[in-house]
Amino acid sequence: MNDLSPERDNRIANLKGLGCSRKRVEDVRFTQGKGNYVDDIKMAGMLHGDFVRSPYAHARVVSINTDAAMALDGVIAVLTAKDLEPLGLHWMPTLAGDKQMVLADGKVLFQGQEVAYVVARDRYVAADAVELVEVEYEELPVLVDPFMALESDTVLREDLAGQTSGAHGERRHPNHIFLWEEGDKAATEAVLAEAEVVAEEMIYYHRTHPCPLETCGCVASMDKVNGKLTLYGTFQAPHVVRTVASLLSGIEEHNIRVVSPDIGGGFGNKVGVYPGYVCSIVASIVTGKPVKWVEDRMENLMATAFARDYWMKGRISATKEGKITGLHCHVTADHGAFDACADPTKFPAGFFHICTGSYDIPVAYVGVDGVYTNKAPGGVAYRCSFRVTEAAYFIERMIERLAQELNMDSAELRRINFIRKDQFPYHSALGWEYDSGDYHTAWDKALAAVGYDTLRAEQAERVEAFRRGETRKLMGIGLSFFTEIVGAGPVKNCDILGMGMFDSCEIRIHPTGSAIARLGTISQGQGHATTFAQILASEIGIPADSITIEEGDTDTAPYGLGTYGSRSTPVAGAATALAGRKIRAKAQMIAAYLLEVHDNDVEFDVDRFVIKGAPERFKTMKEIAYAAYNQAIPGLEPGLEAVSYYDPPNMTYPFGAYICMMDVDVDTGETEVRQVYALDDCGTRINPMVIEGQVHGGLTEAFAIVMGQEIAYDEMGNCKTGTLMDFFLPTAVETPHYTTDFTETPSPHHPIGAKGVGESPNVGGVPMFSNAVHDAFRAFGLKQSHMPHDHWRIWRIAEGLGLHG
Amino acid sequence: MSKKMQITLTVNGEAQDLLAEPRELLIHVLRERLNITGPHIGCETSHCGACTVTMDGKSVKSCTVFVAQANGASITTIEGISTPDSLHVLQNAFREHHGLQCGFCTPGMITRAIQLLEDNPNPTEEEVRFGMAGNLCRCTGYQNIVKSVLAAATEMSAAREAAE
Repeated sequence: MNDLSPERDNRIANLKGLGCSRKRVEDVRFTQGKGNYVDDIKMAGMLHGDFVRSPYAHARVVSINTDAAMALDGVIAVLTAKDLEPLGLHWMPTLAGDKQMVLADGKVLFQGQEVAYVVARDRYVAADAVELVEVEYEELPVLVDPFMALESDTVLREDLAGQTSGAHGERRHPNHIFLWEEGDKAATEAVLAEAEVVAEEMIYYHRTHPCPLETCGCVASMDKVNGKLTLYGTFQAPHVVRTVASLLSGIEEHNIRVVSPDIGGGFGNKVGVYPGYVCSIVASIVTGKPVKWVEDRMENLMATAFARDYWMKGRISATKEGKITGLHCHVTADHGAFDACADPTKFPAGFFHICTGSYDIPVAYVGVDGVYTNKAPGGVAYRCSFRVTEAAYFIERMIERLAQELNMDSAELRRINFIRKDQFPYHSALGWEYDSGDYHTAWDKALAAVGYDTLRAEQAERVEAFRRGETRKLMGIGLSFFTEIVGAGPVKNCDILGMGMFDSCEIRIHPTGSAIARLGTISQGQGHATTFAQILASEIGIPADSITIEEGDTDTAPYGLGTYGSRSTPVAGAATALAGRKIRAKAQMIAAYLLEVHDNDVEFDVDRFVIKGAPERFKTMKEIAYAAYNQAIPGLEPGLEAVSYYDPPNMTYPFGAYICMMDVDVDTGETEVRQVYALDDCGTRINPMVIEGQVHGGLTEAFAIVMGQEIAYDEMGNCKTGTLMDFFLPTAVETPHYTTDFTETPSPHHPIGAKGVGESPNVGGVPMFSNAVHDAFRAFGLKQSHMPHDHWRIWRIAEGLGLHG
Repeated sequence: MSKKMQITLTVNGEAQDLLAEPRELLIHVLRERLNITGPHIGCETSHCGACTVTMDGKSVKSCTVFVAQANGASITTIEGISTPDSLHVLQNAFREHHGLQCGFCTPGMITRAIQLLEDNPNPTEEEVRFGMAGNLCRCTGYQNIVKSVLAAATEMSAAREAAE
C-alpha cells in the first residue's frame, strides 16, 4: 500500500505500534503505590521464615541446638540439614551442573551461608528465634584468593573428594572446578611469538552484586486439600522454577503454580534458585500453611548471586601500523563456594568468548579456569548477557593498552581494526557469527558528536597546565566500542537444566476486537506490558491500548525461559511477532470470506485487510475479530487465537559507541564526569522512550561498578560490603547527565529486526568510565589500575606515578 | 517480646488506634497491620528511601522510625496523596517523563518529591538532585526522575499563579 494520506497516518498513529514512544501502562499502578510485589502478598495464617547464617567463611558445624528457639512463643519450626536430608533436599543442584547446600551440611563455606531456617508467627518472632539458635563452629583455614586456592592443601569441597572431573571436564586440583577453552591455542601462541608489537596485561574485573532495590523473596503455599503448591516469588524465570521445584520436590508439575508478581528490579540477581525458596516450600508442606521469606539487604549482598570476579590475563598482538594479529586470554574465575553461575549449560564461562569484541582478529584463544573459594556462590550476568561485560571490559582495556604500546590514538586503533560492514555476517575467531553491524558509521558519528579532536586538544593543554603547576586536575577521555551478544538462544546449543532457551507468546483476540497476549518472559521494570503490545499492534492492527500483556503466571502463560541476558525482545519479541502473523493469516481468510474474494485478493493495511487495488473495500481487524466469533465460515474453526514458540536461529549482536569526559583531582582522587555520550544500535527500535530509559539506567549501574561498587572480603572471608553504607549505589547527586543517540542496523534474522538493548549500557559503560580514569593518567605512564576507581584508589594511582611531588 | 503500647496515628487522614511493641517499625505497622503496601522495604538501614512517608510535614524513612516515635503523628503515604480519578501532578509527571521503571522506588520517590516541592516550590536541577538524594533508584539513572520533578514544579507553580 502506498497510500500515505493523513487518514492512513492517523490509523498508524492510533495503533501506537513500533517506533512510538508510548507512555507505559505499568506506571498507572506503580505511581499510585498499587504495584504488587512479593512482600505485599499476604495470606491467611501466613508464617514467616528467617535464616540463621554463618558468621564464618569456613568452619565445621559441630552442633546446632534449637531448643531455646523452639521454646519461644510463636516459633513453629526450626529446620536444619538433618531435617531436609530425609527428603533429599539438604543439597540442591545449581544451574552450572554443581550442587549447593540448602542448609549447612557438616560445614559452612562462606560467611552468610544458610545454617538453619526458623519458621515463626511473624517476622519479629522469627528474628528473635534466629538469635536463640546455638551453633557451635570449629574454624577452618580460609581461602579468599583463587590463585592461592589452586595451590592450597585446604580442600573446600570435601563432598567432591576423589572426583577428578565435574560437569565441565577435568578438575586438576580439589579447589578447581573446570578449564573451559575456545579457539586455536597453538596458532595464537605462534602469532604472538612473532608479532611486531604485543601488549600484555592482567585485568581484574572485581566482584560486585546486582543489588536490585527489591531483595529476593517468596511465599510458598501448599494446599494439602487439593495437593497444589503455589509459589509466589521474585523469579526472572518462573517456568524454569516450576520445573525445578517439581523435580526437587517430586510434586507433579501440573500441581505446582509459580507466579512472579511485580518484580522490583532483577539485573540477574533473581535468575537462580536460592535456599530460601526451598526451605519455604518445605516449611509450607510441613506446616500446611503459607510461608513467606524475604531476605534483608545484608542477606541479599552477602548470600545471593554476586557478579564478575574475573582475573583476565591478556596478550594482544599487532603490526607496527596497528593491525591486530592475535588475542590470547586466560581467566581465573572465582566462583565462590559452589558453582552456581547462571549460564546456559554448555557455557561455563557464559559467552565470554565474545571477547574479540568489535574487531577483526584473525586468531584467538581463551581459557577459563573456574575456582572454588570461601565466598558466596553466584556469578550471574548483572545487567549483561552471560559474562559479556567481563569480555567487553577485557578487550576494551586491551585495545587501550595496545594503543599505548603503539603510541597511537586509541580511537584510530579501533577504527582500523573494526569488522567492516561488508564482512557481516562475520565469523569470529572464537566461533560466533555476528549477525549485522555498521561499526565505522557509529564510531564516526560518536566522535563527531563529542568533538573528539577538540577534546584531545583540551586534554593536551590540561596536561601542560598541570606540568606548569597551574591545575591539579587532569582530564580523561573514556572511549568504548562494544558488541553485545544477546537473545539466548538457539535451542541447539543453549539450554538451562536441559530446557531449551526458546520463548513463547500466546494471543487471544476477543470478539469486540481487543486482545490479550501472554508470554514466557517476565518484566522486572523493562516495561513489557507496554512494548510487547506495540510489537503486536503493528503486526495485527489492533491498537496497543486495546491489548493486555500478561506474564509470570505458569498456570496461564505459555512456557518460556524468562527474562535475563536481554533475551526478551530477541526471543519472546520474535515469538510475539510470529504469533501475530498467525493471527493475521487467519484474519486474511476471514476478511476474504467477508469481502467475497479469494484469500490472495486481499492484503493487510495497518489495521485492516483491503482488496488489492480497491482499498475503499476493506474489513477492519475489529470487524474480522467479531466475524471470527459470530459467523460460520466454511473451512475455518471459530475463534481467533495463536501461539508461537520461537527458537532463534542465532543470537543478536547489538553494539554501540560510548564516549565520556571526566576530570580527575590528583590530590583528592575525586572525579567529575562532565559529559557522557552513548550511541546504541539495537536494531529496530520498538519504543525510543523506553530504550532511552534503559540506557540511562544501565549507564548508571556501569558508573556505580566502575567508580566504587564492590563486594569485598578481608583475609578471614568477612564480607566488608554488606550494607548500602559500604556498597556503593549512586544517588541523583553523583550520577552524571547522559546524552543518548542511535544508529539502526536491523537484525537480519529477527522477525522485526530488533536486537535488545537493556544491558548494552552496562557492557559499554564499564569500559568507558574505566578507560576515562586510565586515560587521565596515560600521559604519566599509567598502564593498568584495577576497578573500582574510588577516590582512595585514584589517589593511590597519582601517588604511585609520583604526581604528589 | 516487650509489653505493648497503645499507639494513636492518623494515616492518610484516618485515625488508627493499635497496640504495638515499642520496637515495631513504622514501616511494618503500615504494611503489615494497616495493609498500606505502597511504601516498600529496600534496605532497613535508611539508605534507599523506598519506605519514605511524610510524618507531620517532614519526609521520614519509615524503616528507621519506631512506631512509638510516631505516636500521635499524622502520616501520609503514596496512597494518601490522590485518588485514581484525580492523580497528583507528580504522579502524572513521573509517567509523562518516564521517571520510573520497576516501580519499587516510585512511591517513596513521589512522596519525597511532594515534600521537596512543598519546602522549595521552584527548585533548580541541582536542588532537586540534592533534595532527592535520600532516595535510591537502580533502574532510571535519575535523569528522568529529575526531569519529572522539575516539570511538576513548573506546572504546580503555573497553577498557583493562575489561582492567585
